[in-house]
Amino acid sequence: MPIPTDTLTKTPVSLSKEEILRYSRHLIMPEVGMEGQLKLKQAQVLLIGSGGLGAPLGLYLAAAGVGRLGLVDFDVVDFTNLQRQITFTTEDVGRKKSAAARDRLSRMNPQIQIDAFETRLTSENALDLFKDFDIIVDGTDNFPTRYLVNDACVLLGKPNVYGSIFRFEGQATVFGYPGGPCYRCLYPEPPPPGLVPSCAEGGVLGVLPGIVGSIQAMETIKLILGAGDPLVGRLLLFDALGMRFRELKLHKNPACPICGEHRTITKLIDYEEFCGIRGEETPVAVSTGIPEITPREFKARLDKGDNLFVLDVREPHEYQICNLKGYLIPLGDLPKRVSELDSSREIVAHCRSGKRSADAVEFLQKAGFRKIWNLKGGILAWSDEVDPSVPKY
Amino acid sequence: MPVKVIVPTPLRRFADQRSSIECEAATVGDALRQLTTSYSELKKHLYTDEGRIRSFVNVYLNDDDIRFLKQEATQTKDGDTITIVPSIAGGAEAAALLRIV
Repeated sequence: MPIPTDTLTKTPVSLSKEEILRYSRHLIMPEVGMEGQLKLKQAQVLLIGSGGLGAPLGLYLAAAGVGRLGLVDFDVVDFTNLQRQITFTTEDVGRKKSAAARDRLSRMNPQIQIDAFETRLTSENALDLFKDFDIIVDGTDNFPTRYLVNDACVLLGKPNVYGSIFRFEGQATVFGYPGGPCYRCLYPEPPPPGLVPSCAEGGVLGVLPGIVGSIQAMETIKLILGAGDPLVGRLLLFDALGMRFRELKLHKNPACPICGEHRTITKLIDYEEFCGIRGEETPVAVSTGIPEITPREFKARLDKGDNLFVLDVREPHEYQICNLKGYLIPLGDLPKRVSELDSSREIVAHCRSGKRSADAVEFLQKAGFRKIWNLKGGILAWSDEVDPSVPKY
Repeated sequence: MPVKVIVPTPLRRFADQRSSIECEAATVGDALRQLTTSYSELKKHLYTDEGRIRSFVNVYLNDDDIRFLKQEATQTKDGDTITIVPSIAGGAEAAALLRIV
Protein backbone atom coordinates (compact mmCIF):
# COMPACT_ATOMS: atom_id res chain seq x y z
CA MET A 1 0.00 0.00 0.00
CA PRO A 2 1.66 3.23 -1.06
CA ILE A 3 1.36 6.05 1.40
CA PRO A 4 0.34 9.14 -0.51
CA THR A 5 1.60 11.61 2.01
CA ASP A 6 5.15 12.61 2.62
CA THR A 7 4.68 12.16 6.33
CA LEU A 8 7.38 9.54 6.64
CA THR A 9 10.02 11.92 5.43
CA LYS A 10 9.20 14.61 7.96
CA THR A 11 11.08 15.30 11.15
CA PRO A 12 10.54 12.49 13.66
CA VAL A 13 8.10 13.45 16.38
CA SER A 14 6.91 11.84 19.55
CA LEU A 15 3.79 11.94 21.68
CA SER A 16 3.60 13.68 25.02
CA LYS A 17 2.20 11.91 28.08
CA GLU A 18 -1.07 13.81 27.62
CA GLU A 19 -1.26 12.81 23.97
CA ILE A 20 -0.63 9.16 24.82
CA LEU A 21 -3.58 9.26 27.19
CA ARG A 22 -5.78 11.16 24.74
CA TYR A 23 -5.09 8.78 21.87
CA SER A 24 -4.87 5.59 23.92
CA ARG A 25 -7.81 3.94 22.12
CA HIS A 26 -5.88 4.39 18.86
CA LEU A 27 -2.56 3.35 20.35
CA ILE A 28 -3.86 0.00 21.57
CA MET A 29 -5.11 -0.88 18.07
CA PRO A 30 -2.45 -2.63 16.02
CA GLU A 31 -3.82 -0.94 12.85
CA VAL A 32 -2.93 2.47 14.30
CA GLY A 33 -0.49 2.05 17.17
CA MET A 34 2.26 4.53 17.95
CA GLU A 35 3.47 4.54 14.35
CA GLY A 36 0.00 5.39 13.03
CA GLN A 37 -0.64 8.03 15.66
CA LEU A 38 2.63 9.72 14.78
CA LYS A 39 1.61 9.69 11.11
CA LEU A 40 -1.64 11.37 12.11
CA LYS A 41 0.29 13.93 14.14
CA GLN A 42 2.52 14.75 11.18
CA ALA A 43 -0.32 14.87 8.68
CA GLN A 44 -1.66 18.11 7.25
CA VAL A 45 -5.21 18.02 5.92
CA LEU A 46 -7.06 20.86 4.20
CA LEU A 47 -10.85 20.92 4.47
CA ILE A 48 -12.62 22.87 1.73
CA GLY A 49 -15.91 24.00 3.23
CA SER A 50 -16.88 24.17 6.91
CA GLY A 51 -20.52 23.30 6.37
CA GLY A 52 -22.52 20.10 6.60
CA LEU A 53 -19.78 17.78 5.39
CA GLY A 54 -17.05 19.88 7.01
CA ALA A 55 -18.63 19.53 10.45
CA PRO A 56 -18.09 15.80 11.07
CA LEU A 57 -14.86 16.00 9.07
CA GLY A 58 -13.39 18.69 11.29
CA LEU A 59 -14.65 17.12 14.50
CA TYR A 60 -13.37 13.61 13.80
CA LEU A 61 -10.06 14.62 12.24
CA ALA A 62 -9.31 17.00 15.11
CA ALA A 63 -10.31 14.37 17.65
CA ALA A 64 -8.16 11.77 15.91
CA GLY A 65 -5.10 13.98 16.30
CA VAL A 66 -4.40 15.08 12.73
CA GLY A 67 -1.50 17.45 13.41
CA ARG A 68 -2.58 20.33 11.22
CA LEU A 69 -6.03 21.10 9.88
CA GLY A 70 -6.70 23.91 7.41
CA LEU A 71 -10.26 25.20 7.13
CA VAL A 72 -11.23 27.13 4.01
CA ASP A 73 -14.57 28.92 4.12
CA PHE A 74 -15.59 32.52 3.55
CA ASP A 75 -19.21 32.09 4.58
CA VAL A 76 -20.96 33.24 7.74
CA VAL A 77 -22.98 30.98 10.06
CA ASP A 78 -26.73 31.52 9.75
CA PHE A 79 -29.70 30.00 11.52
CA THR A 80 -30.54 27.64 8.66
CA ASN A 81 -27.10 26.01 9.02
CA LEU A 82 -27.69 24.78 12.57
CA GLN A 83 -29.99 21.94 11.48
CA ARG A 84 -26.97 20.00 10.18
CA GLN A 85 -23.70 21.90 10.65
CA ILE A 86 -23.02 20.50 14.10
CA THR A 87 -19.75 22.33 14.62
CA PHE A 88 -21.74 25.49 15.27
CA THR A 89 -23.89 26.61 18.16
CA THR A 90 -26.68 29.18 18.18
CA GLU A 91 -24.18 31.72 19.55
CA ASP A 92 -22.05 31.31 16.42
CA VAL A 93 -24.75 32.76 14.14
CA GLY A 94 -23.24 35.76 12.35
CA ARG A 95 -19.63 34.63 12.85
CA LYS A 96 -17.29 33.55 10.07
CA LYS A 97 -17.62 29.79 9.68
CA SER A 98 -13.89 29.11 9.44
CA ALA A 99 -13.17 31.08 12.63
CA ALA A 100 -16.11 29.58 14.54
CA ALA A 101 -15.08 26.06 13.47
CA ARG A 102 -11.44 26.74 14.41
CA ASP A 103 -12.47 27.83 17.91
CA ARG A 104 -14.74 24.83 18.39
CA LEU A 105 -12.11 22.34 17.19
CA SER A 106 -9.35 23.99 19.23
CA ARG A 107 -11.43 23.61 22.37
CA MET A 108 -11.90 19.95 21.56
CA ASN A 109 -8.24 19.31 20.83
CA PRO A 110 -5.83 22.08 21.84
CA GLN A 111 -2.87 19.91 20.90
CA ILE A 112 -3.24 20.30 17.15
CA GLN A 113 -2.70 23.26 14.83
CA ILE A 114 -5.80 24.64 13.17
CA ASP A 115 -5.55 27.31 10.49
CA ALA A 116 -8.67 29.16 9.38
CA PHE A 117 -8.56 30.61 5.87
CA GLU A 118 -11.38 33.12 5.62
CA THR A 119 -11.33 33.23 1.89
CA ARG A 120 -13.16 32.04 -1.15
CA LEU A 121 -11.21 29.33 -2.93
CA THR A 122 -10.23 30.66 -6.35
CA SER A 123 -8.06 29.69 -9.29
CA GLU A 124 -5.62 32.33 -8.07
CA ASN A 125 -5.14 31.03 -4.51
CA ALA A 126 -5.89 27.29 -4.75
CA LEU A 127 -2.43 25.97 -5.68
CA ASP A 128 -0.77 28.12 -3.06
CA LEU A 129 -3.23 27.03 -0.37
CA PHE A 130 -3.03 23.34 -1.27
CA LYS A 131 0.74 23.01 -1.63
CA ASP A 132 1.54 22.64 2.07
CA PHE A 133 -1.11 20.01 2.72
CA ASP A 134 -0.93 16.24 2.20
CA ILE A 135 -4.61 15.57 1.58
CA ILE A 136 -7.44 17.82 0.38
CA VAL A 137 -11.00 17.04 1.47
CA ASP A 138 -13.80 18.41 -0.69
CA GLY A 139 -16.86 19.35 1.31
CA THR A 140 -18.10 22.15 -0.94
CA ASP A 141 -21.54 22.75 -2.31
CA ASN A 142 -21.14 23.85 -5.89
CA PHE A 143 -19.84 22.63 -9.22
CA PRO A 144 -17.23 25.34 -9.94
CA THR A 145 -15.43 24.66 -6.66
CA ARG A 146 -15.64 20.89 -7.18
CA TYR A 147 -13.87 21.18 -10.54
CA LEU A 148 -11.37 23.66 -9.12
CA VAL A 149 -10.51 21.37 -6.19
CA ASN A 150 -10.19 18.42 -8.56
CA ASP A 151 -7.94 20.18 -11.03
CA ALA A 152 -5.70 21.70 -8.36
CA CYS A 153 -5.32 18.28 -6.71
CA VAL A 154 -4.47 16.58 -10.01
CA LEU A 155 -1.95 19.29 -10.92
CA LEU A 156 -0.26 18.99 -7.51
CA GLY A 157 -0.59 15.21 -7.28
CA LYS A 158 -2.58 15.28 -4.05
CA PRO A 159 -5.46 12.98 -3.09
CA ASN A 160 -8.93 14.54 -3.03
CA VAL A 161 -11.37 12.93 -0.62
CA TYR A 162 -14.73 13.61 -2.21
CA GLY A 163 -18.21 13.64 -0.69
CA SER A 164 -21.45 15.02 -2.04
CA ILE A 165 -25.07 14.98 -0.94
CA PHE A 166 -28.52 15.64 -2.31
CA ARG A 167 -31.63 15.33 -0.16
CA PHE A 168 -31.44 11.67 0.87
CA GLU A 169 -28.55 10.56 -1.29
CA GLY A 170 -24.83 10.73 -0.85
CA GLN A 171 -21.76 9.94 -2.91
CA ALA A 172 -18.21 9.44 -1.71
CA THR A 173 -14.91 8.43 -3.25
CA VAL A 174 -11.21 9.28 -3.30
CA PHE A 175 -10.02 11.06 -6.43
CA GLY A 176 -6.49 12.01 -7.43
CA TYR A 177 -4.86 8.99 -5.84
CA PRO A 178 -1.78 7.80 -7.75
CA GLY A 179 -3.05 5.79 -10.72
CA GLY A 180 -6.69 6.37 -9.80
CA PRO A 181 -9.44 8.36 -11.51
CA CYS A 182 -10.25 12.02 -10.96
CA TYR A 183 -13.57 13.88 -10.83
CA ARG A 184 -13.35 14.72 -14.52
CA CYS A 185 -12.93 11.01 -15.35
CA LEU A 186 -16.35 10.53 -13.78
CA TYR A 187 -18.04 13.72 -14.97
CA PRO A 188 -16.14 15.43 -17.78
CA GLU A 189 -18.49 18.42 -17.67
CA PRO A 190 -20.91 20.02 -15.22
CA PRO A 191 -24.63 20.35 -15.93
CA PRO A 192 -25.34 23.29 -18.25
CA PRO A 193 -26.72 26.38 -16.49
CA GLY A 194 -30.20 25.93 -17.96
CA LEU A 195 -30.50 22.65 -16.12
CA VAL A 196 -28.99 23.75 -12.84
CA PRO A 197 -30.04 24.77 -9.36
CA SER A 198 -33.37 25.70 -8.09
CA CYS A 199 -34.19 26.26 -4.46
CA ALA A 200 -37.40 24.29 -5.10
CA GLU A 201 -35.44 21.10 -5.14
CA GLY A 202 -32.95 21.85 -2.42
CA GLY A 203 -33.03 20.67 1.12
CA VAL A 204 -31.08 17.99 2.87
CA LEU A 205 -31.86 15.68 5.75
CA GLY A 206 -29.60 16.89 8.59
CA VAL A 207 -28.01 13.53 9.36
CA LEU A 208 -26.99 12.83 5.76
CA PRO A 209 -23.96 15.14 5.65
CA GLY A 210 -22.99 13.67 9.01
CA ILE A 211 -22.83 10.20 7.51
CA VAL A 212 -21.12 11.18 4.25
CA GLY A 213 -18.67 13.53 6.01
CA SER A 214 -17.81 10.74 8.47
CA ILE A 215 -17.04 8.43 5.55
CA GLN A 216 -14.73 11.12 4.16
CA ALA A 217 -13.06 11.44 7.58
CA MET A 218 -12.55 7.67 7.71
CA GLU A 219 -11.00 7.62 4.22
CA THR A 220 -8.73 10.54 5.12
CA ILE A 221 -7.46 8.72 8.20
CA LYS A 222 -6.95 5.50 6.20
CA LEU A 223 -4.91 7.41 3.61
CA ILE A 224 -2.72 8.89 6.35
CA LEU A 225 -2.23 5.52 8.00
CA GLY A 226 -1.84 3.66 4.72
CA ALA A 227 -4.30 1.15 6.16
CA GLY A 228 -7.04 -0.89 4.53
CA ASP A 229 -8.48 -0.48 1.04
CA PRO A 230 -8.95 3.17 0.16
CA LEU A 231 -12.14 4.17 -1.66
CA VAL A 232 -10.20 4.58 -4.91
CA GLY A 233 -11.75 3.57 -8.23
CA ARG A 234 -15.03 2.99 -6.42
CA LEU A 235 -17.97 5.35 -6.04
CA LEU A 236 -19.91 4.70 -2.87
CA LEU A 237 -23.60 5.58 -3.20
CA PHE A 238 -25.68 5.95 -0.08
CA ASP A 239 -29.48 6.02 -0.13
CA ALA A 240 -30.63 7.14 3.31
CA LEU A 241 -34.34 6.51 2.73
CA GLY A 242 -33.76 2.94 1.56
CA MET A 243 -30.78 2.68 3.98
CA ARG A 244 -28.70 1.09 1.29
CA PHE A 245 -25.06 1.41 0.32
CA ARG A 246 -24.00 0.53 -3.21
CA GLU A 247 -20.65 0.59 -4.87
CA LEU A 248 -19.94 1.38 -8.52
CA LYS A 249 -16.66 1.04 -10.40
CA LEU A 250 -14.83 4.22 -11.30
CA HIS A 251 -12.45 4.00 -14.22
CA LYS A 252 -9.58 6.28 -14.98
CA ASN A 253 -10.60 7.79 -18.30
CA PRO A 254 -7.72 7.66 -20.82
CA ALA A 255 -9.36 10.63 -22.59
CA CYS A 256 -9.62 12.71 -19.40
CA PRO A 257 -8.60 16.31 -20.22
CA ILE A 258 -6.58 16.71 -17.02
CA CYS A 259 -5.30 13.28 -15.98
CA GLY A 260 -5.56 11.36 -19.27
CA GLU A 261 -2.99 10.56 -21.93
CA HIS A 262 -3.43 13.75 -23.94
CA ARG A 263 -3.95 16.50 -21.41
CA THR A 264 -5.53 19.69 -22.60
CA ILE A 265 -5.79 21.30 -19.16
CA THR A 266 -2.39 22.11 -17.72
CA LYS A 267 -3.30 24.99 -15.42
CA LEU A 268 -6.30 26.21 -13.47
CA ILE A 269 -9.05 27.85 -15.50
CA ASP A 270 -12.07 30.09 -14.86
CA TYR A 271 -14.42 27.59 -13.22
CA GLU A 272 -17.49 29.78 -13.08
CA GLU A 273 -17.22 30.32 -16.79
CA PHE A 274 -16.58 26.58 -17.28
CA CYS A 275 -19.77 25.84 -15.36
CA GLY A 276 -21.65 28.53 -17.25
CA ILE A 277 -22.72 30.40 -14.16
CA ARG A 278 -20.78 33.61 -14.52
CA GLY A 279 -22.85 36.31 -12.84
CA GLU A 280 -25.01 33.78 -11.00
CA GLU A 281 -25.45 36.15 -8.09
CA THR A 282 -26.92 38.86 -10.27
CA PRO A 283 -30.67 38.80 -9.86
CA VAL A 284 -32.14 36.98 -12.82
CA ALA A 285 -34.58 39.73 -13.60
CA VAL A 286 -31.82 42.29 -14.07
CA SER A 287 -30.03 40.19 -16.65
CA THR A 288 -33.10 39.13 -18.56
CA GLY A 289 -35.23 42.26 -18.36
CA ILE A 290 -38.17 40.54 -16.72
CA PRO A 291 -40.71 43.06 -15.38
CA GLU A 292 -40.51 43.37 -11.63
CA ILE A 293 -42.49 44.84 -8.81
CA THR A 294 -40.89 45.54 -5.43
CA PRO A 295 -42.59 44.31 -2.24
CA ARG A 296 -43.43 47.92 -1.27
CA GLU A 297 -44.94 48.74 -4.67
CA PHE A 298 -46.91 45.50 -4.53
CA LYS A 299 -48.19 46.31 -1.03
CA ALA A 300 -49.20 49.81 -2.15
CA ARG A 301 -51.20 48.43 -5.06
CA LEU A 302 -52.93 45.87 -2.85
CA ASP A 303 -53.75 48.62 -0.32
CA LYS A 304 -55.24 50.67 -3.14
CA GLY A 305 -57.57 47.77 -3.81
CA ASP A 306 -56.13 46.90 -7.23
CA ASN A 307 -57.40 43.56 -8.40
CA LEU A 308 -54.08 41.73 -8.72
CA PHE A 309 -53.86 38.00 -9.21
CA VAL A 310 -51.13 36.58 -6.97
CA LEU A 311 -49.44 33.52 -8.43
CA ASP A 312 -47.27 31.45 -6.08
CA VAL A 313 -44.95 29.13 -8.01
CA ARG A 314 -43.40 27.36 -5.04
CA GLU A 315 -44.03 23.77 -3.96
CA PRO A 316 -47.04 22.80 -1.81
CA HIS A 317 -44.84 21.99 1.21
CA GLU A 318 -43.39 25.50 1.02
CA TYR A 319 -46.88 27.01 0.86
CA GLN A 320 -47.52 25.33 4.21
CA ILE A 321 -44.55 27.14 5.78
CA CYS A 322 -45.86 30.58 4.84
CA ASN A 323 -47.78 32.18 2.00
CA LEU A 324 -49.21 35.43 0.66
CA LYS A 325 -52.57 33.76 -0.05
CA GLY A 326 -51.54 33.37 -3.67
CA TYR A 327 -52.84 30.85 -6.17
CA LEU A 328 -50.43 27.91 -6.06
CA ILE A 329 -49.03 26.39 -9.23
CA PRO A 330 -45.55 24.92 -8.71
CA LEU A 331 -43.13 26.08 -11.40
CA GLY A 332 -42.73 22.55 -12.75
CA ASP A 333 -46.50 22.23 -13.26
CA LEU A 334 -46.92 25.59 -14.97
CA PRO A 335 -46.70 24.34 -18.58
CA LYS A 336 -49.58 21.92 -18.13
CA ARG A 337 -51.67 24.18 -15.88
CA VAL A 338 -51.24 27.45 -17.75
CA SER A 339 -54.91 27.32 -18.81
CA GLU A 340 -55.89 28.00 -15.20
CA LEU A 341 -54.56 31.54 -15.56
CA ASP A 342 -56.40 34.51 -17.06
CA SER A 343 -54.08 36.55 -19.28
CA SER A 344 -56.42 39.54 -19.18
CA ARG A 345 -55.73 40.02 -15.47
CA GLU A 346 -52.71 41.64 -13.87
CA ILE A 347 -50.57 38.89 -12.37
CA VAL A 348 -47.83 39.13 -9.76
CA ALA A 349 -45.78 35.94 -9.56
CA HIS A 350 -43.68 35.13 -6.55
CA CYS A 351 -41.59 32.36 -5.00
CA ARG A 352 -39.21 32.28 -2.05
CA SER A 353 -36.41 34.46 -3.41
CA GLY A 354 -37.60 35.60 -6.82
CA LYS A 355 -35.61 33.20 -8.96
CA ARG A 356 -38.24 30.60 -9.79
CA SER A 357 -40.92 33.23 -10.27
CA ALA A 358 -38.63 35.03 -12.74
CA ASP A 359 -38.56 31.80 -14.74
CA ALA A 360 -42.34 31.60 -14.43
CA VAL A 361 -42.77 35.18 -15.70
CA GLU A 362 -40.44 34.48 -18.61
CA PHE A 363 -42.39 31.35 -19.46
CA LEU A 364 -45.75 33.11 -19.23
CA GLN A 365 -44.51 36.02 -21.35
CA LYS A 366 -43.62 33.54 -24.05
CA ALA A 367 -47.09 32.06 -23.65
CA GLY A 368 -48.57 35.47 -24.44
CA PHE A 369 -49.12 36.98 -20.98
CA ARG A 370 -48.41 40.72 -21.05
CA LYS A 371 -49.60 42.06 -17.70
CA ILE A 372 -47.29 40.10 -15.44
CA TRP A 373 -44.62 41.03 -12.89
CA ASN A 374 -42.12 39.18 -10.78
CA LEU A 375 -42.15 40.01 -7.07
CA LYS A 376 -38.57 41.20 -6.54
CA GLY A 377 -36.77 39.20 -3.86
CA GLY A 378 -39.80 36.97 -3.33
CA ILE A 379 -41.34 36.15 0.02
CA LEU A 380 -37.97 36.78 1.71
CA ALA A 381 -38.01 40.42 0.61
CA TRP A 382 -41.70 40.70 1.48
CA SER A 383 -40.81 39.61 5.03
CA ASP A 384 -37.91 42.09 5.19
CA GLU A 385 -39.66 45.09 3.67
CA VAL A 386 -43.38 44.72 4.29
CA ASP A 387 -44.47 42.13 6.80
CA PRO A 388 -41.88 40.78 9.27
CA SER A 389 -44.47 38.38 10.69
CA VAL A 390 -44.04 36.23 7.56
CA PRO A 391 -41.38 33.66 8.47
CA LYS A 392 -38.27 33.32 6.34
CA TYR A 393 -36.94 29.88 5.48
CA MET B 1 -35.55 -9.76 -20.45
CA PRO B 2 -36.64 -7.96 -17.28
CA VAL B 3 -34.14 -5.42 -16.05
CA LYS B 4 -34.45 -2.89 -13.27
CA VAL B 5 -33.66 0.79 -13.83
CA ILE B 6 -32.88 2.78 -10.68
CA VAL B 7 -33.98 6.40 -10.87
CA PRO B 8 -31.88 8.79 -8.71
CA THR B 9 -33.58 11.20 -6.29
CA PRO B 10 -33.15 14.35 -8.43
CA LEU B 11 -34.95 12.73 -11.36
CA ARG B 12 -37.78 11.02 -9.50
CA ARG B 13 -40.10 13.96 -9.87
CA PHE B 14 -40.07 13.32 -13.60
CA ALA B 15 -40.93 9.64 -13.08
CA ASP B 16 -44.01 9.83 -10.86
CA GLN B 17 -41.69 9.75 -7.82
CA ARG B 18 -40.74 6.15 -8.59
CA SER B 19 -37.34 5.00 -7.36
CA SER B 20 -37.07 2.16 -9.86
CA ILE B 21 -38.75 0.85 -12.96
CA GLU B 22 -38.75 -2.67 -14.39
CA CYS B 23 -38.82 -3.26 -18.10
CA GLU B 24 -38.05 -5.80 -20.80
CA ALA B 25 -34.93 -4.75 -22.68
CA ALA B 26 -32.11 -6.36 -24.63
CA THR B 27 -29.69 -3.44 -24.28
CA VAL B 28 -29.11 -0.53 -21.93
CA GLY B 29 -30.22 1.85 -24.69
CA ASP B 30 -33.46 -0.12 -25.06
CA ALA B 31 -34.22 0.18 -21.36
CA LEU B 32 -33.51 3.93 -21.31
CA ARG B 33 -35.67 4.48 -24.40
CA GLN B 34 -38.55 2.69 -22.73
CA LEU B 35 -38.04 4.72 -19.59
CA THR B 36 -38.06 8.02 -21.44
CA THR B 37 -41.06 6.93 -23.49
CA SER B 38 -43.04 6.16 -20.34
CA TYR B 39 -41.82 9.35 -18.67
CA SER B 40 -41.23 11.83 -21.46
CA GLU B 41 -40.05 14.64 -19.17
CA LEU B 42 -37.03 12.53 -18.24
CA LYS B 43 -35.78 12.63 -21.79
CA LYS B 44 -34.31 16.11 -21.81
CA HIS B 45 -32.56 15.41 -18.52
CA LEU B 46 -30.89 12.25 -19.79
CA TYR B 47 -30.22 13.12 -23.42
CA THR B 48 -28.87 16.10 -25.33
CA ASP B 49 -30.85 17.47 -28.26
CA GLU B 50 -28.56 15.37 -30.46
CA GLY B 51 -29.67 12.25 -28.61
CA ARG B 52 -26.47 11.58 -26.69
CA ILE B 53 -26.45 10.77 -22.98
CA ARG B 54 -25.57 13.99 -21.15
CA SER B 55 -21.99 14.31 -19.90
CA PHE B 56 -23.03 14.97 -16.29
CA VAL B 57 -25.14 11.83 -16.19
CA ASN B 58 -23.51 8.43 -15.97
CA VAL B 59 -25.26 5.15 -16.61
CA TYR B 60 -24.16 1.96 -14.95
CA LEU B 61 -25.03 -1.62 -15.83
CA ASN B 62 -24.78 -3.40 -12.49
CA ASP B 63 -21.57 -1.91 -11.07
CA ASP B 64 -19.89 -0.84 -14.29
CA ASP B 65 -19.98 2.40 -16.26
CA ILE B 66 -21.41 1.79 -19.77
CA ARG B 67 -18.92 4.32 -21.20
CA PHE B 68 -16.32 1.62 -20.58
CA LEU B 69 -18.54 -1.18 -21.94
CA LYS B 70 -20.40 -0.85 -25.24
CA GLN B 71 -22.20 2.37 -24.33
CA GLU B 72 -25.93 2.13 -24.97
CA ALA B 73 -25.45 -1.00 -27.09
CA THR B 74 -24.31 -2.87 -23.97
CA GLN B 75 -26.42 -6.01 -23.77
CA THR B 76 -28.47 -6.74 -20.70
CA LYS B 77 -29.48 -10.02 -19.19
CA ASP B 78 -32.23 -11.15 -16.90
CA GLY B 79 -32.08 -9.52 -13.49
CA ASP B 80 -29.56 -6.81 -14.42
CA THR B 81 -29.74 -3.44 -12.71
CA ILE B 82 -29.22 -0.18 -14.58
CA THR B 83 -28.37 2.81 -12.40
CA ILE B 84 -28.51 6.45 -13.48
CA VAL B 85 -25.97 8.51 -11.53
CA PRO B 86 -26.15 12.29 -12.07
CA SER B 87 -23.49 14.60 -10.67
CA ILE B 88 -24.55 16.24 -7.43
CA ALA B 89 -22.70 19.10 -5.83
CA GLY B 90 -24.28 19.49 -2.41
CA GLY B 91 -22.20 19.66 0.73
CA ALA B 92 -22.16 22.71 2.87
CA GLU B 93 -25.48 23.98 1.62
CA ALA B 94 -28.06 22.11 -0.31
CA ALA B 95 -27.39 22.58 -3.97
CA ALA B 96 -29.81 21.09 -6.36
CA LEU B 97 -29.77 19.78 -9.83
CA LEU B 98 -31.86 19.67 -12.92
CA ARG B 99 -34.57 22.19 -13.20
CA ILE B 100 -37.21 22.35 -15.83
CA VAL B 101 -39.64 25.12 -16.70
